Amino acid sequence: MYAQEVKSTGEAVKSLKEMSPEERAFQEKIDAGVKIEPKDWMPEGYRKTLIRQISQHAHSEIVGELPEGNWITRAPTLERKAILLAKVQDEAGHGLYLYCAAETLGVSRDEMTEQLLSGKAKYSSIFNYPTLTWADIGAIGWLVDGAAIMNQVPLQRCSYGPYSRAMIRICKEESFHQRQGYAIMMQLMKGDAAQREMAQDALNRWWWPSLMMFGPSDADSVHSAQSMAWKIKQNTNDELRQKFVDQTVPQAEFIGLKIPDPDLKWNEEKGGYDFGEIDWNEFHEVLKGNGPCNKERMEARRKAWNDGAWFRDGLMAHAKKRAAKKIAAE
Amino acid sequence: MSNEWPLWEVFIRGQHGLSHRHVGSLHAPDAEMAIKNARDVYTRRNEGVSIWVVKASDIAASSPEEKGPLFEPSNSKVYRHPTFYDIPDEVGHM
Ligand SMILES: [Fe+2]
Ligand SMILES: [Fe+2]
Repeated sequence: MYAQEVKSTGEAVKSLKEMSPEERAFQEKIDAGVKIEPKDWMPEGYRKTLIRQISQHAHSEIVGELPEGNWITRAPTLERKAILLAKVQDEAGHGLYLYCAAETLGVSRDEMTEQLLSGKAKYSSIFNYPTLTWADIGAIGWLVDGAAIMNQVPLQRCSYGPYSRAMIRICKEESFHQRQGYAIMMQLMKGDAAQREMAQDALNRWWWPSLMMFGPSDADSVHSAQSMAWKIKQNTNDELRQKFVDQTVPQAEFIGLKIPDPDLKWNEEKGGYDFGEIDWNEFHEVLKGNGPCNKERMEARRKAWNDGAWFRDGLMAHAKKRAAKKIAAE
Repeated sequence: MSNEWPLWEVFIRGQHGLSHRHVGSLHAPDAEMAIKNARDVYTRRNEGVSIWVVKASDIAASSPEEKGPLFEPSNSKVYRHPTFYDIPDEVGHM
């Protein structure tokens, strides 16, 4: 999940009886499946939670370009390079759709950028891991985009219109991402021993961080209940994580990869896999900024923003000058 | 002072014969750049044959609070719909 720990109101969910007439009308609309649009009345908590969730999601798309961008110049073939470029360009597009959706809630693009660069806003923990080999590009497409899809498909039905529409666009583009990643893994697994080992090593390093993408376990998700009542979250973290594991294990087996979890076992009764405990300490450390690449990622974002300032200002100055000339000529 | 690029709403004609449809928005310094950016952001997979961009601040919109009075006049005029009229089957398709 690209938004792993979104703070909500921190308060208990109100019953319809406890709500003000406005709040009740709003909740009834949501319960009836009517979409909320930017100018409609909404509780402040709904607006704030959504801004946090959508901007965190947008930041993840943007920062997520960095680990993959690392391999664009070193892709093994021209075709792979073109594919990776297109994939990373899609992620930039996803970030832009989402920033615009957040802006309809009254936050400006510059404010969101500022929150990311100052470290106030979070992005997904997954992008703080390094891409050491070409197989990591396969593992990211297959696992990271796979986990993102798992989370994003239900979000297409989110109660907030602009977010839901952005998710629909994004989901249309994601399946290419996952398939190109799995195709890389498949090809490596058909290669020699060193290539197969490279693929297995990538899976070993990306498996657990991918499971962390779904956020804390349900027992520790304090902010879920309100978000679910508002339909800005449709499934619990553990539900989605379980679905992801059940879907991914056979895919790994199919190409001869081994999931790095000694506790992984098919559970006939529940019709799904049992799997080992996630290292939650690692998860919280990475979120706090202490992952292997947090510093590097933020430095890259700050550098891009600062280095681009003259360009943004220059184009704006040019546009203003031209507009003034046009008015003078009229 | 913030020097943020203004917001543009983007409309795309998906195919010949269809009208332009709102697809989203983006920031750009001027209309020319807005169209170029819209090409990259919203038509990476042949989604369009034509792009319109309009400065978001130039769009006037009806407000949700006025929804009732604004649309009520058409609500009450059921006789505008063909199903209002009972025409015997024998008359044939009409
Ligand atoms: Fe994405
Ligand atoms: Fe993706």
